[in-house]
This record gives sequence, C-alpha cells and structure tokens, in this order.
Amino acid sequence: MTMTSHLDIRNLTMAYSDVIIQKNLNFTVSHGEVFVIMGGSGCGKSTLLRHLVGLMEPSSGDVFVDGVNLWRVPLEERNQIVSRNGVLYQGGALWSSMTLGENIALPLNEYSNLNQKQVQEVISYKLSLVGLAGFEDYYPSEISGGMRKRAGLARAMALDPDILFFDEPSAGLDPVSSRLLDELILELRDSLGATVVIVSHELASIFTVADNSIFLDPDEKTIIAAGPPKELLKTSVDPRVKQFLTRTI
Amino acid sequence: MSTHPSAQYQIRTSPHGLNLQLSGDWQFQSGIPNTDALLQQILNTHPETLSFDCQQLANWDSGLMTFLVKLVNSCNENNISTQLETLPTGIQKLLQLAFAVPERKGSRRAVLGQPVLAKIGNVTIEMHRNWSDLLAFVGELFFGFLNFLRGRARFRYSDLFFQIEAAGPSALLIITLISVLIGMILAFVGAVQLRMFGAEIFIANLVGLGMAREMGAMMTAIIMAGRTGAAYAAQLGTMQVNEEIDALKTMGISPIEFLVFPRLLALCLTMPLLCIYADFMGIIGGAIVSATMLDISFFQYFQQIQGFVPLKHFGIGIFKAGVFGVLVATAGCFRGLQCGRSASSVGFAATSAVVTSIVLIIVADAVITVLCQLIGI
Repeated sequence: MTMTSHLDIRNLTMAYSDVIIQKNLNFTVSHGEVFVIMGGSGCGKSTLLRHLVGLMEPSSGDVFVDGVNLWRVPLEERNQIVSRNGVLYQGGALWSSMTLGENIALPLNEYSNLNQKQVQEVISYKLSLVGLAGFEDYYPSEISGGMRKRAGLARAMALDPDILFFDEPSAGLDPVSSRLLDELILELRDSLGATVVIVSHELASIFTVADNSIFLDPDEKTIIAAGPPKELLKTSVDPRVKQFLTRTI
Repeated sequence: MSTHPSAQYQIRTSPHGLNLQLSGDWQFQSGIPNTDALLQQILNTHPETLSFDCQQLANWDSGLMTFLVKLVNSCNENNISTQLETLPTGIQKLLQLAFAVPERKGSRRAVLGQPVLAKIGNVTIEMHRNWSDLLAFVGELFFGFLNFLRGRARFRYSDLFFQIEAAGPSALLIITLISVLIGMILAFVGAVQLRMFGAEIFIANLVGLGMAREMGAMMTAIIMAGRTGAAYAAQLGTMQVNEEIDALKTMGISPIEFLVFPRLLALCLTMPLLCIYADFMGIIGGAIVSATMLDISFFQYFQQIQGFVPLKHFGIGIFKAGVFGVLVATAGCFRGLQCGRSASSVGFAATSAVVTSIVLIIVADAVITVLCQLIGI
C-alpha cells in the first residue's frame, strides 16, 4: 500500500447468499483522486459501492480506509470512519419526513459544534452550490427527481467529507445540470482535496472527471481493465471495454 | 385494415441450400402461422445455407421478428449459415440488435422443482435467519435503551412528539368506536344469560372486569397493531426502498436509535393511556345496554362497578397494554427494517408486521394471564 492510498481493496469477493457477484477485486484509490467504477448494467458496480461505504460486509477480502480495515474494527469505530464519508445515492435518499434544510442539518448537528445560526448558513451555502438556493423549507416530495438528487449531494457534502461516493450521479439529470455536477466534482477535489469515487456509465461524465478507473465484467466476475478512462480508450484491446467506451455494438 | 393476404411462407431449393420466401402481412394482428413445422422441415433438410426472399412481404412487426430470431438461433445451433443480408434492411438492423448482446452465462434460472427435503431445509434456514435477525434487533434495541438512559441516544425529540401524536390522540376515534361496541356486545351477551337468574345487576361486574382486565388492553393492542404497527412497517420499509436507511447508516447514525426508538417509546407511553380510555369507553358501552335493555340506571351500574371491580384489575390491563405496546412497535419496526427493496416487499412487511404483532399479543396475553393466576392476582 502506498502512503497516499486512501482506499485499498484487497482480494474482495462480493456475494448475495451463494451467488458471487464479483471476485478477487484489487485496486487502490489515492488521496484527491476521482476514481470511476465502470461496467455494464448489473455487473455489481453499486454492490461494490455498498461494500466501500460499509453497508455490506465482504464475502471475503478486505476494505482499507486510510490503512484501517473497515470490517475488522468494532462497530463504533466503523461508524466513525463511515461518518467521514459523503454518499450520494441513486435517488437522492433524502429523509422524506424532513425538509431539505433539516436533511442537511442532521449530519451537521450530529458531528459538528456549529450553533443553529451557523448551521443555517452552511445549509444555504450547500444548497446554493447545487443550484437549490432558497429551497430549505421544501420537503423531498415537493421537488422533482433531479432536484432531489442535487439536494442529496448537498447533504453528502454537508460535513466536507474526506471521501465522496456517488452512485450514478448523472442519471436523471438534464445535460446542463449533469455538466454542472461534473464541474462541482472537480471543484470539490481541487479545493477541498476530497477523494471522489463514482459509479457511472455516463461516458461524457467519465471522460470529463475521471483520473483513474476500473472496469467490471459480469461474465468474468472481476476487473478486466484498470487505468485512466482516456488511456483505456486508446490502449485497451479488450472488445468489451472498447465497446463500452466507444458506445458501439 | 390491410388489404394484403395473411402471412405465408414457401421453401424452395437454391444452388447452395434453401430459400425461404415470406409473403403477405406478418403481424400479430393478422395472425402468424405456426412455424414449428417449418423449422423442423428446414432442420431435417439440413441445408448448407438459408437465404430469404422478401419481395412479397408486406407489413410486418415483432411477430415476424420473433419467428426470425427463433429460426436464426436454430440454424446457428445446427451449423446452417443464414444469409441475413437477403432480408430487408430494417429487419437486418433489428436482428443485429437482438443478437448484439449474447445471453449472459448462468443468467437463466432453472425452473426445476425442489425436492421436499431441500424445501424443508430452505424453510429451516430461513427461520433460523429470521430468529437471528430478531435477536440481533432486540439486542440493538437494548443497547439503544441503555444509551437512552445515559442520555446518549441519538434521535430527534420532534420525531418522538410526532409519533406520540400519531399513536395517541389520532387513534382516539377508532378506539372509542371499537371499545363502546365491545362493551355493548359484552353486556348483550351477559344480559341474555343473567336475566334468566334475575341477576341483571351483575352485568356491571361482567363488563367492568372484562374490559379492565382483558378486553380493553387486547382490543387496543389489536387496533394499534393494524393501525400503527402496519404504519411503522410501511414507513421503515419505504425508507429502506428509497435508501434512506442506508443514508443514515453511512453517516454512522444507528437506524435503531434514530427511527425505531422514538416509535417504540411513543407506543409504550400511549398504549397504557389508550387502554385506560378504552376501559372507560367499554364500560360506558355496557352502561348504555344496561340502561336500555335491563332498566339498570347509570348510578346503579357505576356503583356496582366501583364496589366489585377493584383497581388491581385495571392495573393488570394497563400493564398488559404496556407490554403489547412494546411488542407491536418491535414487530412493526423489525419487519420494516427487514423489508426488501421493492414496492411489493413493503406490502409484505406491513402484512407480516400485523400478523406477527397479533400472534405476539395473544401469546403474551396468555403468559401474563397464567402468571397472574400463579401469583394470585
């Protein structure tokens, strides 16, 4: 493991009961890197993300976060580690009984010493970053799917997390919002030094933001290509990777 | 309505194999001929190549495409070369798309029947898993309770007050209706028997004792299981589907403390109060029947209850209500958190929450009744 590796995945095997989804996954994500997990639908990208954020225990293998084995530490310590992550789920996963402001306020109240006035200021700022200034008092049911997703991102960024995980961030967003999200991801990396892990198959977005990537294959059930997507596009000889990256059949 | 003839085919021999001529409308609406015999005929001849003649082909839709996909697959399996370029361009492109992504290995599920022993084994494993999950849930609940006692439980008091309001005052109307009716039914049933012995006044004892010790708590619990327990399961189940529970976990916040605890506490606090209210309403129901059917005045009726139904019976009922409250909230929340990730699993979670609650209520009632007998109260 290098000194700069933020996430280190070793021999990870993922399974639902006896059905293996992916096996022998080995890769590292460096500090401040935008890392993309690619692959066709149903290959286990989102399942891998669930393992990385501490929602699913590996069938075998290890997930190291800053050198700490996520699944070999007590629950309290694991909770401490994962609370430093920000996760944007596919549908936003906003708590439906709370307003957007309350959604963002919850992690701030739990893990920071800010007073209520400061919390409100952070909420306004985070919502403005995702183009939702003034929507503090709206409930998730009162806004569109794309807006929910952006509000989910604002919540994920609430505590300026060390690592941001995105599950299909561009899905359901219009092209302009999608492009703005790409800009925001790059800005978060550059200004805050955040590590960003993205599950995506949006090529435009992948080529814009990714520093590094892996490609999962559902038949081989493992990584069949790794490296910066632009490099893979030029050098990969695997027809599955080529097809994916050039959008051909 | 198309003026073309319906779907027809004809096989002719060509220099390198067979030529399949397709003519007429190949559409679902106009009818597709049974092509099994055609397939068999082609396979039996086993030509080197199969070409197509579509000059007479009129309108077509997926009816033709499904036939061609089946035909091309069969030919490929039997090493017969198909000359797809002899098909119209549109059909060629659709076939290319259909064959672009080959079937994923192992994706097709075998629909073989399971042996009985395997079924029993699977059910046993599932039950074991269910019990393990329940024990883990109760364990987490216990630690959540300890955190609450130490003032470290992480939940919002606004949620607790909201849940108290939803489980308490909002349920009063249905509790009133059911309890008054239960009181009236008890009085009716008793009146018929007691009248034969001229012991009508004891109707007050029957209703008072029945409501205070048993029916008040039981009926309140069953109403709350159907109303609030199912709601808890559906709420948490939907949160599971929408990944809201995952979002809590990835922030290091325990869903047990944040979501389950306010609901559990709310039902524990409101159930005894609702039980007292149900007791009172049931007794009023009995009083109405006594006054109208048996000519027993309200004063006589309540005096009889006051004299012959000691407070300990109310105490036992209230204690039971508290226990039932814990059971209903636990079953509802447990089933909700166990919920899968589809809309149908939310419905299943709600149903199984109600069934689990009612079973637990009856079992707990039986246990408490036996214990009360043993200690003589």
